[in-house]
Amino acid sequence: MIQFLMNGEINKQINCTVKIVSKFTLLFCFLILALWGNAQNKINGKKIYETRCLVCHQADGGGVPNMNPPLDGSTNVQGKDIVRLVKIIRNGYDERVALDGMYYNNAMTANPDLKEDAIADVLSYIRTSWSNKAGLVTISQVKAALFKNKAAKK
Amino acid sequence: MKKQIQLVSIIIFAFCMNIIAQENAGLTLPTGFKANLYANNIGSARHITITKSGIVFAKLNNPNKEGNAIIRLEDTNNDGIADKINGFAKYGGTGIFVKGNSLYASSNEAIFKYELDSKDEVLNPLTPHTIVSGLLDRRQHNSKSITFDKGNNIYVNIGAYSNACQEKDRMPGSQGMMPCPILDSAGGIWKFDGTKENQTYKDGKRYATGLRNVLGLDWNTETNQLYVAQHGRDQLNSFYPNLYSDAQNAELPAETFYEIKEGDNAGWPYVYYDPSQHKKIVSPEYGGDSKKEGSAEFKEPVVAFPAHMAPMAVLFYTGNQFPAKYKNGAFISFHGSWNRAPLPQEGFFVAFVPFKDGKATGEWEIFANGFAGMENGTKVANPNKAKARPCGLAQGPDGSIYVSDDTKGAIFKISYNK
Repeated sequence: MIQFLMNGEINKQINCTVKIVSKFTLLFCFLILALWGNAQNKINGKKIYETRCLVCHQADGGGVPNMNPPLDGSTNVQGKDIVRLVKIIRNGYDERVALDGMYYNNAMTANPDLKEDAIADVLSYIRTSWSNKAGLVTISQVKAALFKNKAAKK
Repeated sequence: MKKQIQLVSIIIFAFCMNIIAQENAGLTLPTGFKANLYANNIGSARHITITKSGIVFAKLNNPNKEGNAIIRLEDTNNDGIADKINGFAKYGGTGIFVKGNSLYASSNEAIFKYELDSKDEVLNPLTPHTIVSGLLDRRQHNSKSITFDKGNNIYVNIGAYSNACQEKDRMPGSQGMMPCPILDSAGGIWKFDGTKENQTYKDGKRYATGLRNVLGLDWNTETNQLYVAQHGRDQLNSFYPNLYSDAQNAELPAETFYEIKEGDNAGWPYVYYDPSQHKKIVSPEYGGDSKKEGSAEFKEPVVAFPAHMAPMAVLFYTGNQFPAKYKNGAFISFHGSWNRAPLPQEGFFVAFVPFKDGKATGEWEIFANGFAGMENGTKVANPNKAKARPCGLAQGPDGSIYVSDDTKGAIFKISYNK
């Protein structure tokens, strides 16, 4: 009887531990998945950068003086206006605007074929690479920005 | 104490190494030549010109800290270093040229004329005469580089505000416009009368067309002809990855040097020059497939340089200081490439093009190198890392040549040791 009781308590304890452990495992797995996901996003972002952006903005994100603006250290790139960044990637850019006090002459290519997740990945890569330390960009932020972009075009 | 001695010797060693490294201002030159820093940190020095008395004028791309965009430099004690430096003019630009007692300078849309006194001081720094205005400035390729013939005619580059005259500039899949409407008002060399004020397009003449962007132009006084160096198109691989690999784009198209006669057409945007096929090839925006040969009506270059190196100035050498082979040959400054990425960049040097009996031999060689300041001959990965980028060229009255840099604003003086 005593043993039975004890067994029951042990069982309860075991059950409890299992529950706690499994909760932690689940959390841990989510964390790993999230980290892995982020790493995958970053790899994907880097790949897009290398195929589409590097030629003008260069491997170190430093751009070309007077022609193609730097992304590394750029106030706009690290700024809060995600909508503007998404629009520039999607529509291209060709306006006489001072960027951190300098002017650049080349027109930027539009990327009408880049999907929402790809725009999020490449923006996240650009905002966290070299000396840049801005936040990641989510797919929902890109979706919202593209919705505004579409509305603005109509 | 020991540590202190060690420290001091390290400092002395580093200092000596610095001096050794800075011999010839860090440049590599052919035997017998030497270089020194004539000036430094004057601002984004584009083209330069030198008066008969040796005063150097530099045109800045943007006004410097003092708000000046033309800098007058004088070496009063003849030690090869400018010691009297001052500036004027508020507008950025590229072109500058001394003709007799007049100094001509260009903004990105106009050409102005100043008068010089007997000491080559500017008489009207605040009130120049407007010679030409209203030239197209649509940001891309907006530098209005200028030169003169033996008379009073100005030749000015009006660069095409486009990469390849696509319906939408630098847009993948966008077709080339036929005919290219840009060529009516840009993409060529225009000729104006240097003595007449207030001219615009209707007063000038399109002297040559089909030139995407010309920073370097000079009159060959021996043969009485204009020579221009064109910046070839960009991004063949970016927009046509099926036709051009990254490695092919790094070598295509050639930067081309032309002998120009009135009415010539160099073929932009319809063709580009392939230096390995030795042919003009139809641009992919106009139905080209990287092999289809372009029309014979377009001009052949006299020299084809490696792609994307960006020729910034041309200078025919008429001095007597350098060895005989340089006489009447052409120096060409190369700013250094960006569109060879992901491959290493090229250029960042001054080349020499030998001429024989008034014709380019087709050969060329590197004359002055090391402007980028890379250690042990490493290649420049990104142009923004180059310490200096060669831009303007001018010849001094003693036959030395001067090279300007538009990053920090150095001016190098290169002479020959007799």
